[in-house]
Amino acid sequence: MTEEIIIAGFGGQGVLSMGKIIAYSGIMQNQEVSWFPAYGPEMRGGTANVTVILSDERISSPTLTAYDTAIILNQQSMDKFESTVKPGGILIYDPNGISKHPTRTDINIYTIEGARIAAEMGNTKIFNMVVLGGYLEVKPLVKLDNVIKGLKKSLHERYHKLIPLNEDAINMGMRNVKKTA
Amino acid sequence: MMKQSKTNKMGELRLMKGNEAFAEAAIRAGVDGYFGYPITPQSEVIEYLMAEKPHERTGMVVLQAESEVASINMLYGGGGSGKKVMTSSSSPGISLMQEGLSYMAGGEVPCVVANVVRGGPGLGDIQPAQSDYFQSVKGGGHGDYRLPVLAPSSVQEMSDFVPIAYELAFRYRTPVLIISDGLIGQMMEKVELFDQMPRLTDEEINELYPWATNGKPKGKKRRVITSLDLDPYKLEKHNFKLQSKYKTIEAEEVRCEIIECEDADYIIIAYGSSARISQKAIQLAREEGLKVGLLRPITLWPFPKKPINELVEKGVKGILSVEMSAGQMVEDVKLAVRERTKVEHFGRYGGVIHSPEEVLEALKNQIIGD
Amino acid sequence: MSEITIKDIIKPENIVYEKTSLMTDKSLSYCPGCGHGTTHRLVMEVLEELGQENDTIGVAPVGCSVLAYEFMNIDMQEAAHGRAPAVATAIKRLWPDKIVFTYQGDGDLAAIGTAETIHACNRGEKIVIVFINNGIYGMTGGQMAPTTLPGMKTSTSPYGRDVNSMGNPLKITELIAQLPGTYYVSRQAVHTPSAVRKAKKAIKKAFQNQLDDKPGLSFVEVVSNCNSGWKMEPVASNVWMEENMFPYYELGDIKLEGNLL
Repeated sequence: MTEEIIIAGFGGQGVLSMGKIIAYSGIMQNQEVSWFPAYGPEMRGGTANVTVILSDERISSPTLTAYDTAIILNQQSMDKFESTVKPGGILIYDPNGISKHPTRTDINIYTIEGARIAAEMGNTKIFNMVVLGGYLEVKPLVKLDNVIKGLKKSLHERYHKLIPLNEDAINMGMRNVKKTA
Repeated sequence: MMKQSKTNKMGELRLMKGNEAFAEAAIRAGVDGYFGYPITPQSEVIEYLMAEKPHERTGMVVLQAESEVASINMLYGGGGSGKKVMTSSSSPGISLMQEGLSYMAGGEVPCVVANVVRGGPGLGDIQPAQSDYFQSVKGGGHGDYRLPVLAPSSVQEMSDFVPIAYELAFRYRTPVLIISDGLIGQMMEKVELFDQMPRLTDEEINELYPWATNGKPKGKKRRVITSLDLDPYKLEKHNFKLQSKYKTIEAEEVRCEIIECEDADYIIIAYGSSARISQKAIQLAREEGLKVGLLRPITLWPFPKKPINELVEKGVKGILSVEMSAGQMVEDVKLAVRERTKVEHFGRYGGVIHSPEEVLEALKNQIIGD
Repeated sequence: MSEITIKDIIKPENIVYEKTSLMTDKSLSYCPGCGHGTTHRLVMEVLEELGQENDTIGVAPVGCSVLAYEFMNIDMQEAAHGRAPAVATAIKRLWPDKIVFTYQGDGDLAAIGTAETIHACNRGEKIVIVFINNGIYGMTGGQMAPTTLPGMKTSTSPYGRDVNSMGNPLKITELIAQLPGTYYVSRQAVHTPSAVRKAKKAIKKAFQNQLDDKPGLSFVEVVSNCNSGWKMEPVASNVWMEENMFPYYELGDIKLEGNLL
């Protein structure tokens, strides 16, 4: 099994940390993982993206041009990455703020209203966890308890009290992800 | 061909950036002093070290110097006194360090220097590149010298190569370079950290390194660290000694990894992040029925001429040298191959990372042909 | 009356002065009349008197004293041009119980190595810097130094230093005395027996500060002559130094126990 993921959106949406949690979850279940962010000037203009790979085997290239899954959180990223999903692959996006919705018919497209759900839950910072829940529902490659272990590993101890809230957000995401096409 | 290092591992797994793994490995390898200056994309090394308070963990000294020039000369002082010293930088900073590296080669001062390469020339950019190959393997500064160069291609190797680099540095009394790039430095991967190794005590340093200048021992001759000898005949003799050391390193210390070359008609030669990308390219090639293998130099100097020669003698039909540069390592590949088979270069540069698909395309167009 | 030979004079009971064992037997490569030899001797005498022969690492510069390590019979490192303070910084940080000093000339310390000098001083590295200022580049054949006086002729200011195009002489010692990291700063000379005695006292104070782990760097400038570079006979060069160098580079302590005087 090899899962090649691109996560892309605005800086501050928790794109990099979502990738980090998925990567840590992979480690928790003995997989090989890689996490490569766009850095420097690529990050300017408010966009952030990270390539995450989970595999049962040694990972070759940590940078890719085609992905099994794209998790897309703003319009610029949609413009850039819709075409990079492999045929038969998955695109998950938050429709909030998207004006040009994806049009491909050879991939599976899902929406997750992460921004709205997080706002309703009273904490916009857990937005990325809601989206992560959506991804875990659609592609349950990493087990939820490994995600929680991964969260513990990637969060500083003083934030561990927030883990139940994050778990709730993941569950909300799992329940609310919808297939569009 | 990879030699075992003497480290022990208790299976401590972490998700770390290459730069962070390198910094953590420095503490665990018992490094005595890190002297550095921030530059993207490697500033995480000194940031991590400052945050970790290694002085409390092992007694390791960490100092932010006023420049790369000062940093490398701090290594001269510290290494010349028998301590394990380290710095890291990125391309423009490494250019500034060439003065000190030349003096250390001449004065036979051990140290470890990491270059997280970025696009050039000049200020270039801060994206990954491999265009410092010539500077790394051909000497870099003035004078007749070479430095062993290790090229990690994963975050794990950013950690594992630190103790190996020190073994080489002290065995041969030479600076050792670890060459990665923005991709390996900024990427996070799973790392199994090696256990803490003790720093040498002052007594151990005196016993192991009688050449080190840390106070003239009672009743013994004083020691001098210098690269100067105004008598050309004496300096030539010193150079003979250096050259014979380099011959030994060339004979003893070549490291490379050979992947899927047994049945290969074509070979890609690539190091560091290009090796990772090329590995994906050979997977894609094999899915199309093309028999392609990968030879990954781990030491860029000494260059793995012999393993390349063996593949040529087995009759490979062509070799593509893949590097994020305009074609530097390809010159060493050509020297090893001596026109017995086709050799071409492919690579994006200036901070552009080639994709596995581009590598495969280049292999088909430049090597395999119609 | 039998003739008195030199053998009759060289007897233990006649000894009034001995060369310190911390100077090697190698003949000094300095020009006759140069202040380097005297200053070398003072540094080595002080280290011997303080009993630090086995616990000192010296750092030699590039310039006339590039071979200082051939004359100073202790562990030494020969640094790249101007980098001695960086080299010494690391040695002291890694061997905090040892005595570390640099010995540098004006080109090394105040031109190419200005950054290393200022930052080592500013960090308050617990080292000693001995700085020889003779207002000229001696080793490379008499070119202009950062400390060359206005109007002074050198091979790269053959019509005299024009401060409008060549800049003013750099009073680096006053400059580094301003930094909180310096603990003791003094300017001395070695051209007369009384000057030598004062210079030795200053050098000894500098090393004593380091032995006592005083907070900061101790810096002793020695204003010296360069009779070859100045194209004068040794005695004339000392007179010229008194008349021209000393008014510009005033002798005496500049900073004591971290306080500017």
